Amino acid sequence: MAELRVVIVGAGPAGVRAAQACVEAGVRPTVIDESGTSGGQIYRRQPAQFTRPYKALYGFEAGKAKAIHCTFDDLVPHLDYRPNTLAWNVSPGVLHCVQGEVAEALPFDALILATGATDRLLPVRGWTMAGCYSLGAAQIALKAQACAIGRRVVFLGTGPLLYLISYQYAAAGVDVAAVLDTSPFLGQLNALGPMAARPTLLAKGIYYRAQLLLRGVPVHTSVTPLAIDGDDGVAAVRFRSGRGQEEQLACDAVGMGFHLRSETQLADLARCDFTFDPDLGQWVPQVDADGRGSTSGVYLAGDGARVLGADAAEISGELAALAALSDLGLDVSTSRIDKLRRRQRRMETFRRGLATAFPWPAELARAVADDVLLCRCEAITAGQLREAAASQGAPEVNRAKALVRVGMGRCQGRFCGAAAAEVLAEVRGDALEQVGRLRGQAPVKPLAMTTRQEEKA
Amino acid sequence: MSGRFVRMAEQHRPAVTIVIDGRSYSAMQGDTLLVAVLSHVSTLRQSEFGDGARAGFCLMGACQDCWMWTPEGERLRACTTEVISGMQVLTQAPTEDAWPNCG
Repeated sequence: MAELRVVIVGAGPAGVRAAQACVEAGVRPTVIDESGTSGGQIYRRQPAQFTRPYKALYGFEAGKAKAIHCTFDDLVPHLDYRPNTLAWNVSPGVLHCVQGEVAEALPFDALILATGATDRLLPVRGWTMAGCYSLGAAQIALKAQACAIGRRVVFLGTGPLLYLISYQYAAAGVDVAAVLDTSPFLGQLNALGPMAARPTLLAKGIYYRAQLLLRGVPVHTSVTPLAIDGDDGVAAVRFRSGRGQEEQLACDAVGMGFHLRSETQLADLARCDFTFDPDLGQWVPQVDADGRGSTSGVYLAGDGARVLGADAAEISGELAALAALSDLGLDVSTSRIDKLRRRQRRMETFRRGLATAFPWPAELARAVADDVLLCRCEAITAGQLREAAASQGAPEVNRAKALVRVGMGRCQGRFCGAAAAEVLAEVRGDALEQVGRLRGQAPVKPLAMTTRQEEKA
Repeated sequence: MSGRFVRMAEQHRPAVTIVIDGRSYSAMQGDTLLVAVLSHVSTLRQSEFGDGARAGFCLMGACQDCWMWTPEGERLRACTTEVISGMQVLTQAPTEDAWPNCG
């Protein structure tokens, strides 16, 4: 039998467990990762010169982080591991990568996409100013670089990361001016039932919240963000409290995010079908219980398929690899698959709870004022999108993109796409799913003009 | 202007020198370019669309908001570039005709 060509994109928890399952089955997979070190964003490693112990970096998750790192380090001799490599396109049976400025096409029998997620954002007046960062950015600064994003920080948005990162900053000794959550506290109480599907995780969430209170960090729920103020950099955040009062908090940095969105461009380029998830208000790649995409030979795992967090990513990574190996004709234990599927279902129950506790504030995105910048890349306002939708009749987001370039910039709609779809749906009086989703385009991230084909020796 | 980022720990690494807008600054081995610059100055670049200064946004190579110029007209994505001694960067585009630079 010819050697099976399994290619895994991403070396976070899902990619690592997928690689492990392949190696255990006697297959030597290729692992493509944009980062120079494994771990993904959640278990991102600090640079070699840093000395903080695992406990300081990953808190409660120190054991899991170490397990993922050690597992991968042990696997490396059995892998074709390519760090610092961007997978930028997929054509039938071929993944296109670039390392530095050298491009290479990798044929595959099975492609496992473990591409992770980025923060889901919506525009707030002033959010493009220097000093405003995504929540993920705030965490990376602290975890991977031992830096705070400012001297006095406001955290704004909703979702479990909002509380985790606020706690991490407060615990590191940073002045956290306030936590501003757009979700109502009552909704969080109502979601306790489904979230009890993962009692330990729920307990950690409650712990972070309690720690913020103990440290005297004000936590406001049911907040309406009004503006990030400043002249040439963040100077304050203005918001309306749940009681309807307008307040302003002085700060020099903002970390904002509204939970996460899957990185799905490669799944899209691999021609996978997508489905609309009304609970999330997001389009997600169609997958079966084991992570098979609709395109034969393409598998999806981790937050890149469904935002379920790191523990679930480990399970789905292993499941996706087992599905791939089984489809390639290898023997795979069905009891192992059953067990993983059962664990994964609990994760799904918890996720539904999270969506209730920390809903995506679609109404805020729809209400973004005309003069607020929607697109960070090319400074396009919500008003320009509304104008194109109304006068030129853009029926869906890709047409709107062609007309006003929302989603055309360097981030390719990662940070404006969610809000742009809400604005367009609102103008048209359509349901969100009627305005479609931005199609992924190659290259999924910018390539150097000097990129060249690999020279065959 | 003083820096935007605040170092909270890991301050005993070997120093490297970088040049921002023609002035030398001290950074540390293992810093990303973004952190090295923002620990001294408050911005990385100006938006090409006239809406002001930017200082990065996602720090994970997704938003592309932190591309800095070099005096030679090259560009570096500051959040995914490790700082090296002698690195030179600008917080403004070098000249009108610097883009595109195809080598």
